[in-house]
Amino acid sequence: MSKIRIIARLDIKGPNVIKGIRFDGLRIMGRPDELAMRYYEQGADELLYIDTVASLYGRDNIAQVVREAAGHIFIPMTVGGGIRSVEDARALLQSGADKVAVNTAAVKRPELITEIAEALGSQAVVASLQVKKKGPESWEIYIDNGRETTGIDAIGWAKRAASLGAGEILVTSVDRDGTAMGFETELVKAVVQAVNIPVIAGGGAKTPEDISDLVLETGVDAVTVASMIHYKRYRVGDIKNVLKAKGVPVVEH
Amino acid sequence: MKKVRIIDYYLGNIFSVARAFESFGCDVKTVNTPEGLEDADHIVLPGVGAFGEGMRRLNERGMSGPIRDVAASGKPLMGICLGMQLLFSFSEEFGRHEGLGIIPGGVKRLPEQPGVKIPHIGWGSIVPYGDKGEEVWDGSILKKVRKGKDMYFVHSYAACPEEDESWIAGTLFGENIFCSGVMKGNIYGFQFHPEKSGMEGLKILEEFLKL
Repeated sequence: MSKIRIIARLDIKGPNVIKGIRFDGLRIMGRPDELAMRYYEQGADELLYIDTVASLYGRDNIAQVVREAAGHIFIPMTVGGGIRSVEDARALLQSGADKVAVNTAAVKRPELITEIAEALGSQAVVASLQVKKKGPESWEIYIDNGRETTGIDAIGWAKRAASLGAGEILVTSVDRDGTAMGFETELVKAVVQAVNIPVIAGGGAKTPEDISDLVLETGVDAVTVASMIHYKRYRVGDIKNVLKAKGVPVVEH
Repeated sequence: MKKVRIIDYYLGNIFSVARAFESFGCDVKTVNTPEGLEDADHIVLPGVGAFGEGMRRLNERGMSGPIRDVAASGKPLMGICLGMQLLFSFSEEFGRHEGLGIIPGGVKRLPEQPGVKIPHIGWGSIVPYGDKGEEVWDGSILKKVRKGKDMYFVHSYAACPEEDESWIAGTLFGENIFCSGVMKGNIYGFQFHPEKSGMEGLKILEEFLKL
């Protein structure tokens, strides 16, 4: 088993990190720089920034957030939200991001994944899937921060994104996001089995045990955490200690 | 103030490498001409991407010869990721390509193994390796790194040094160990990204600046 990566997820709205429930009912958690530094010092393995309002206000704000972080945070950073072109992706990489996460624009125009992979490398493009359960063993892709349905089968789309050149798949359960109901294990398992690139799971973790259970049941490569750490219920180090005790290998910084 | 010159051949993200060296108060510049290397105290060859394309771009800018000269002069030189691979004689990525030939050996694809994903993206621990034994780090810029600490990797290929003595760090990948660090005099190559490997990675850059 490879070492599970714990990724701190920061949803950005204007000058703040926010967190909602099922992508809604947003509350302010703090300033991006302050939270990013806290999680870096706690031993987070990566940071994931999602600009929740990029489509409304452009990407200058998030680029600035990343540029500031890159001056004193030396772990990989992924940025998502409103990326529509290779130029958007390149600009974020030049601000200090290592990878971009694409969702809405890639669903509307799948070639975007290939274009970014060819220009910047597969390692720089993460296909972000916002998923809601449709029925037994059946899940559907949503876009625009979980607001809009697409009718696209999530597992089929994960396979397609991988074959188009995505370097990783990020699968977030819209049903579970911010609910602390635990991960949607069946969904994560189905995605891990469908593709042979690393899979990152997010949405719903309440306790470190939720994470160790998910890893042991699905073989997922990484998880994103937000509410758990934003509300200071756990430090990243606490999560890693539990994982280690459960026999899940973690990254030692 | 130490003058760090980072070679920019427009492959991969060098922003973070520059910020990391700036965090030590260095005079950092990105350069893309041989003249840019002239006042350098320390030289860094970064890069993420394909080997053939990397060499093509270095050659196009007339950089290959000057990098070899710098290496021969004893000036500290660090290759990171693709930059490490380019120090070697050749690579088998998308056909055979000649490299800078500063360190003898080739670059080969990571071995396919059941349940092991390629590209190798994520953290892996580095341990002393090679025929100099456990103490090999003591006389190197890895001396402050605690053995077995994890570093951040993004790659599908790895270097295979011809001479065991240039090999100083190894990393387990599935059931195989690949070369994650080489040293030859003041020339270093790391397959991982010290600038993305947290505080432990930064220690390597700090020691490099003391050379």
